[in-house]
Amino acid sequence: MQGTSEYTPRTGIERWIDKRMPLPRLMYDSFVSYPIPRNLNYAYAFGGILSVMLISQILTGVVLAMHYAANSEIAFTSVEHIMRDVNYGWLLRYLHMNGSSMFFLAVYVHIFRGLYYGSYKSPREIQWLLGVVLFLLMMATAFMGYVLPWGQMSFWAATVITNLFSAIPLVGDAIRTWLWGGFSVGDPTLNRFFSLHYLLPFMIAGVVILHVWAFHVTGQTNPTGVEPKSRRDVVPFTPHATMKDAVALVAFFLVFAWFVFYMPNYLGHPDNYVEANPLVTPPHIVPEWYFLPFYAILRAIPSKLGGVIALGLSVVVLFLVPWLDTSKVLSAAYRPLYRIFFWVFVVVCIGLGYIGAMPPEGGYIIAGQLLTAYYFIHFFIILPLLGFIETPKPRPASITEAVLGRPDEPGEPATPAGATAMPERRG
Amino acid sequence: MLKLITQLSAAGALVLASFAMASAAEEALPHFPLKEPEEVDWSFSGPFGTYDQQQLQRGFQVYREICSACHSLNLVPFRALGWEGGPHFSEEEVKALAAEYTVTDGPDDTGEMFERPGAPYDYFPAPFPNAKAAAYANGGAAPPDLSVIAQGRGVERGFPTFITDIFTTYQEGGPDYIHALLTGYEDPPEGEDVRPGQYYNPHYAYAAALAMPPPLFDDAITYAQNEDEDPNNDVPQTVDQYSKDVAAFLMWAAEPHMEARKSMGFTVLAFLLILTALTYYTKRRVWSDVEH
Amino acid sequence: MSYTYPTTVPESASDPDPSDPHYQPSRRDFFVIATGAFAAVGAVAFVWPFVDQMNPDASALALASIEVDVSAMEPGQSITVVWRGKPVFIRYRTDEEIAAAKDTQLSELKDPVARNDNLEAGAPATDENRAAAGHEAFLVMVGICTHLGCVPLGEAGDYNGWFCPCHGSVYDTAGRIRHGPAPENLLVPPLTFADDTTIKIG
Repeated sequence: MQGTSEYTPRTGIERWIDKRMPLPRLMYDSFVSYPIPRNLNYAYAFGGILSVMLISQILTGVVLAMHYAANSEIAFTSVEHIMRDVNYGWLLRYLHMNGSSMFFLAVYVHIFRGLYYGSYKSPREIQWLLGVVLFLLMMATAFMGYVLPWGQMSFWAATVITNLFSAIPLVGDAIRTWLWGGFSVGDPTLNRFFSLHYLLPFMIAGVVILHVWAFHVTGQTNPTGVEPKSRRDVVPFTPHATMKDAVALVAFFLVFAWFVFYMPNYLGHPDNYVEANPLVTPPHIVPEWYFLPFYAILRAIPSKLGGVIALGLSVVVLFLVPWLDTSKVLSAAYRPLYRIFFWVFVVVCIGLGYIGAMPPEGGYIIAGQLLTAYYFIHFFIILPLLGFIETPKPRPASITEAVLGRPDEPGEPATPAGATAMPERRG
Repeated sequence: MLKLITQLSAAGALVLASFAMASAAEEALPHFPLKEPEEVDWSFSGPFGTYDQQQLQRGFQVYREICSACHSLNLVPFRALGWEGGPHFSEEEVKALAAEYTVTDGPDDTGEMFERPGAPYDYFPAPFPNAKAAAYANGGAAPPDLSVIAQGRGVERGFPTFITDIFTTYQEGGPDYIHALLTGYEDPPEGEDVRPGQYYNPHYAYAAALAMPPPLFDDAITYAQNEDEDPNNDVPQTVDQYSKDVAAFLMWAAEPHMEARKSMGFTVLAFLLILTALTYYTKRRVWSDVEH
Repeated sequence: MSYTYPTTVPESASDPDPSDPHYQPSRRDFFVIATGAFAAVGAVAFVWPFVDQMNPDASALALASIEVDVSAMEPGQSITVVWRGKPVFIRYRTDEEIAAAKDTQLSELKDPVARNDNLEAGAPATDENRAAAGHEAFLVMVGICTHLGCVPLGEAGDYNGWFCPCHGSVYDTAGRIRHGPAPENLLVPPLTFADDTTIKIG
């Protein structure tokens, strides 16, 4: 979809800049004239929401870092200082801490949307791989950020997660000590986590640029899974996608604000308001909600190394999805069997999350093991098999046909798919 | 197809529910607290909740006359007692209150630490110089600092309450717990062994008994509010009332800007609702000539 | 079949040319403008907490005053105390210093304004307006050169007052700028005598 540029500099200044560094042209072609399928639904708005959440997290994070002290003696107090004395400190901190939850909420919708509409299939594999890289970076950032308030959950989360590395044969203990910078989680650990927590979001921003670049090369998928064929299949990004994304974004902010202002601590854990104590583990330690499914997978395997491998595989398997899915049909709307298994998989993930929050005892252990088994069966057996046994439903010839519900009758000369960008209308 | 999906989801939920029941039946370890806290009707709950200034002043009196003998309040400065949305003592009252405390300052010109009366910018002095001294003086268990205790405690809510809580904006797990704990002391049931120096309390979050003896009893303190001329504002001087008041005070100590948060929240949500309507309408207009 | 296909870029009401003499804002324009304006107001309001968080916080504002015991001071002696993180000079001036300061005419001064937080903004820079009220021997000033913030040296310079080693500003025995790049006299902070020998600053 890399067509000729539709940007026409109008003023002298625009022409001057355009000859030297055509950034306005790039922005115009990417976010104004860029053609998007006309049938995108609101599930496609979460990419935009995620970009805004990333910016929001960086902004609140940068100002919080102006008041936070990464020192195990005073880290907890400095966070409370932000909450009590800094002007609007409570707001900024609640925005940041609930922002991470909202970020993950959005990314999960985004990922499941990709799984539903086959957004990982040819030619969008790199796009998907970059997305999984982003997800991994987000997980690392969120984990290290959670350590910074130096509450009980911070400390014990840091201890448990860094101990995962000790499961690696031969070098595990050395890696763990290296991560800690000592013989237990302590001040050096907190300092390096703060440094990396500040660094990683900018790496995320960098990969986001690649991620966006990739989808500007291949174009977006759409609910039909049929690529745009004529200019009637597409609309310009601005104002159409911009306005639709704006509606979704503002509605998303409503949910965000509900949590920030009315239940800022709902998504956290009371134990993180107790200062870290290396001598006492809280009776029931759980990660933040967005890690619960993975935590359940970790606990389902009754072996240290096995659990760590299962945990790692549960994320790494996402890298393999483009090649595990053997079906050529993109959208689940035309895949009757996959559609069922997709929703079963969603329920299983939610179930894993629930198990992850429960104490590891009795029926929860067995339930966790069954759901973990299903998680991997979905990727390694069901996905490859479906491509062979499933009969897809007939797909429409074009997006416009799907939208209108009858064959598309070209009423005007269609421009080739390679040049679908909209011409400037204004004289 | 949608029907099939709902059926499958229902099946999944059923499976989960059955596992949950199975686990409840074969619980190996006792889960603490043995009793869930009762939900108190707080003035500060819900989106429009505000602190009851009189209650906070009473709760402060309970803290000052009883809790502070063992528990520090390290993160709270005297000046905060004068903040709006808190006990809101007048500037003179705050100065007088602070001056009742002796704080250690220094070093002076000779290099010695010295003592002086507290000022509004000082923090509540701790009853013990450090955690070890506190533990030593209290039979090995250091009394926790109370500055954020109301956010640092809370009993898990379980299914389905944790979902309905999102809509009722339940955030009072801390004060509910404090109130339940302070009123929850009782004689241990038959056969329950309580070690000396431990006090049975089924509301305690970590065990069946705790090292803190019941701190409150009826008429333990006389509320300043009950000493004035006006009998209309008198409150009962019971363990239940003391517990509620001190729990409310500790909630404020943990979150002194809660009122500002909630009132700003109303403005923000109202703004966002209007903006949602406006953007939605604009979006409809933009898409009006494109079938999609 | 009179059905017309939608064009991809909506025309008519969507893209009127404002330069057209018959141009009239449509209802849609109104909503677009209202939405944009509303969003802009929200964005501006959102920025304020990010700006205000850099202002001194509640704990910094609370640490406002100190008390200094001057009972042990002798004429000709100076001490420096810290107030709000800044040095404050307290000088017990000798009679010669007071006399020298009093003999100086206002017209000789580079900055004829007292720069005394205890007085009105425009009060003249007489020695009386510079010294501590009721205790003319005591001169209390924030020890920060009004040029670029260095700490001047005491009993130095042409007037045996203060001399800033950074850029050569010279102050007299009442802390008034006499020559050099500094624009203003040294600032006198809010102060009161709690009793005859205790100065409360702030």
